[in-house]
Amino acid sequence: MAPSVLAGRPSGPGAGYALLAFGAVLLAVGSYIGLFVAPSESFMGDVYRIMYVHVPTAWNALLAFTFGFGSAVAFLLKGDFKWDARHEAAVEMGVVLAGLLCCQGAIWARPTWGVWWDWDPRLTTTAVMFFAFIGILALRRFVEDPVKRATWSAVATIIAYVDVPIVYFSVRWWNSLHQMQSSPETVSAPFLIPLRTNAFGILFLMAGLITLRTRIARLRLSQEMAPPLPEAAR
Amino acid sequence: MRQLGAALYKEWLLQSRALAQLLAVLVFGATALLLFSFAVGPNYELLRAVAPGFLWLALLLSSTLTLAESFQAEMEHRALEGQLLLPASPWALYYAKALANWLQLTLLGVALVPLMVALYDARLSRPLALLGVIALGSAGLSAPGTLYAVMTHQARSRQTLLPLLLFPLVVPVLIAAVKATSLLMLGDPMEQIGSWALLLATFDAIHWSLCGLLFGRVVEE
Repeated sequence: MAPSVLAGRPSGPGAGYALLAFGAVLLAVGSYIGLFVAPSESFMGDVYRIMYVHVPTAWNALLAFTFGFGSAVAFLLKGDFKWDARHEAAVEMGVVLAGLLCCQGAIWARPTWGVWWDWDPRLTTTAVMFFAFIGILALRRFVEDPVKRATWSAVATIIAYVDVPIVYFSVRWWNSLHQMQSSPETVSAPFLIPLRTNAFGILFLMAGLITLRTRIARLRLSQEMAPPLPEAAR
Repeated sequence: MRQLGAALYKEWLLQSRALAQLLAVLVFGATALLLFSFAVGPNYELLRAVAPGFLWLALLLSSTLTLAESFQAEMEHRALEGQLLLPASPWALYYAKALANWLQLTLLGVALVPLMVALYDARLSRPLALLGVIALGSAGLSAPGTLYAVMTHQARSRQTLLPLLLFPLVVPVLIAAVKATSLLMLGDPMEQIGSWALLLATFDAIHWSLCGLLFGRVVEE
């Protein structure tokens, strides 16, 4: 289906700021509990406390890319540019979170594993995801035509997203060091409370930023796609 | 199917008239292989160990040159648009182009092998299996590469954009192909070659079908 619906005028930024404020409060509370209330971990000591932002960042980065993938599919199916704006916002947010994730992981790995980086499946997959989606953002910058830009970047996002599990499995076969994922059964309650609070904090922060970024993208699109002014009005 | 045949014939004509381009890419790949060896030094044991990685890196770098130019003829005088208005099926156009790129990359890979053997003193114990790995790996590069080539050809900074999009995507191909080639050259006591070939085949199957499905959307705008 050819893109047919122009981006309508978006509503005000109030909802985005509200989500942002709520997320910031949750993150502050969760981080306070994680840093000062939760007990030290028996093997890693205080180094483990970075997990309270690292693990939620990982969950939310994946969520942002998943939302970007969903928006890309929705754009290709419906041709509505509001999905293109959401797609752009989600991919940007995912790239920021994936970048943060790599930095947090490196900060944690240095005292724990003795190296800044290891070629472990999850680290490598995150790095690959980071670069793959940066490429998509670059593609968006280098294409002037809004219809081509939206369609091509949606196609590239679908391919990159489908590629992620294959990258993960290929690197897992290649080399593995990262510990297995924790589940609520293996994490005791004092550790779980700040983890969940921060997970929701980052989720709301992310939702707020995506909402605000989508609004900017829609305003830009409506300006880009507006018909040129008649001679007399210039 | 008739459309695919016609598109393949078109690719054959295009390729047979652009042999100089293929030769230039081969020289580029050979130069890359030569230059890589300077990073390691004249240590034959080390060179033998890294030879499979260097072979695939040379092929990957060369692939960006062939892929970036693969839609040159179609873009001149808006020939691709003309073909779509015939109307030729985008499906046939994509698969013909991807098959042509695949064949070109496989030939390039095969041509680089003797040079790798000579420069790095690599052992070639199972040449037919190596041909299979080169064919599977090249298929993994050509399917997404052909789709991205048609996009980037119409964008600004296409020479930068194609590798930027393609390289992260083909990490599984690079890992699996290098591993499989290493096993073939350095020995495979655990019989692991099958799993790497399976990973390559899975990647190929997913990307050949997905890219073929999406190509129509890319060219219809």
